[in-house]
Amino acid sequence: MNLHYGAFHALHNVNLGIDENEITAFIGPSGCGKSTLLKSLNRMNDLVQTCRITGKITLDGEDIYGNIDVNMLRKRMGMVFQKPNPFPMSIYDNVAYGPRTHGIKKKSELDRIVEESLKNAAIWDEVKDRLKKSALAVSGGQQQRLCIARALAVKPEVLLLDEPTSALDPISTVKIEDLLLELRERYTIVIVTHNMGQAARISDKTAFFLHGEIVESGLTMDIFSNPSDRKTEDYITGRFG
Amino acid sequence: MKEKIAEYFFLICSLISIGAVALICFFIFRGAYPAVQTVGLWPFLTGGLWKPTDIPPLFGIFNMIVGSVYVTAGACLIGVPVGVFTAVYMAKYCPQKIYAGMSQLVSLLAGIPSIIYGFFGMMLIVPFIADNFSGNGNSVLAASIVLGVMVLPTIIKVSEVSLKAVPKTYYEGALALGATKEQSIFFVLIPAAKSGILTGIVLGIGRAIGETMAVVMVAGNANILPETIFKSVRTLTANIVLEMGYASGTHFDAIVATGAVLFVFILLLNLVLGVINKGSKTAGT
Ligand SMILES: Nc1ncnc2c1ncn2[C@@H]1O[C@H](COP(=O)(O)OP(=O)(O)OP(=O)(O)O)[C@@H](O)[C@H]1O
Ligand SMILES: [Mg+2]
Repeated sequence: MNLHYGAFHALHNVNLGIDENEITAFIGPSGCGKSTLLKSLNRMNDLVQTCRITGKITLDGEDIYGNIDVNMLRKRMGMVFQKPNPFPMSIYDNVAYGPRTHGIKKKSELDRIVEESLKNAAIWDEVKDRLKKSALAVSGGQQQRLCIARALAVKPEVLLLDEPTSALDPISTVKIEDLLLELRERYTIVIVTHNMGQAARISDKTAFFLHGEIVESGLTMDIFSNPSDRKTEDYITGRFG
Repeated sequence: MKEKIAEYFFLICSLISIGAVALICFFIFRGAYPAVQTVGLWPFLTGGLWKPTDIPPLFGIFNMIVGSVYVTAGACLIGVPVGVFTAVYMAKYCPQKIYAGMSQLVSLLAGIPSIIYGFFGMMLIVPFIADNFSGNGNSVLAASIVLGVMVLPTIIKVSEVSLKAVPKTYYEGALALGATKEQSIFFVLIPAAKSGILTGIVLGIGRAIGETMAVVMVAGNANILPETIFKSVRTLTANIVLEMGYASGTHFDAIVATGAVLFVFILLLNLVLGVINKGSKTAGT
């Protein structure tokens, strides 16, 4: 597929398969189009008026830019942003927001989903005593895991994460990485990261982007140990970017 | 040296503002005091009869307090939903091209003198009510509609600014969860902008309760407790402006005291504003 922002050609002939129950990492220097591709997957790019997409992106064989319900698509594709963005409401309401939006009203059901999601995001123990407190009052790392919990609460199939740990300290980062490895069992995960170590540690597949093109993609192991393209090698060994 | 001069200059300007408020406070309450002393605070506030020329004269402003509350509430009923939803439209739906025009129109609405609003009410709303409902049209309803339009610019501007100040990430976060645009706006955006929107509403209420000219022109101004919204009503402000010209002695003092009551309403609204703004600093807790 190709993507333009106005006259700017942001993604060139991108052709990539993302497999189920795996972690796929997008790496590449700043401005190469990683976030752009990620946002095309759940159509958050629709918010950018100048954005124009040609080609096809399919989920389970269905064209997501075809005749589908965008909100349902976004429900299936949970997204976690670079900067933690909990809503200015209680921790409980944050996690319950998605399920409520999709029509779940019963208190007991919501309680169950909130607890389960927070547990899955490995933050339950830290916040279970202050669910009614503002989500803005917890630390950045906790906010990010809360955002993951919020995304999990709508029962997505895919998790899209845009540099989820770039604003976090090493300990919170490790917690989130462990979490993603656990979640891989049940979800398909796509993660954008500037941290080569992170990509190497947690991902199964890696795609290397440069100037809006995918230079190389494949098994993370292969890409990191034996890159076939010179530019990939330069990038992951830190010689540019 | 230069810095010192600048500092004093700013200080003097501030003192002028503070001094003006202090002077107004002082004189309005001192002016009101003799009336309260002669009539008594309770009879003054709860008395239903205002007969300054009777012997002995009667000074009760209860009907006017109720009148002011009625028309202000009416103005809110009309102005708040229209204003807030207009702000939502301008902040989230309006195409760029229409936005500039709308913004200008709202500013224009804010700049129209109240007497012009009064004419608009007299020529359009009052006859409409007279023709379609009971009475001669000069009524609670007419005053509420005129005031409801008058508070729009305040509510729209303040709400729009606070809606736009909500971080985009909240809105995107909600959409990314599969919420529709409307769900994102109503359950994330508006709650996040709540304190700003409330501020706009309170400022609007302040404008409505203090408005004089436009209300006098369409309210009928009879000193009665209106039983329906089609009946005539006299507000505190109307009472002041209608009798100011010829009042003397205790009558004059009672008019000033009417102003003092109005002033207390405004002080209360400011108190509410203070609470709202304090709440916004700890938003979400
Ligand atoms: N809304 C937009 N309108 C116009 N151009 C955009 C927009 N968003 C991104 N771009 C451009 O598209 C290109 C790719 O941006 P993108 O955000 O996808 O980069 P990225 O790989 O995620 O970079 P980073 O690592 O810094 O996050 C950049 O050149 C950027 O300037
Ligand atoms: Mg990015």
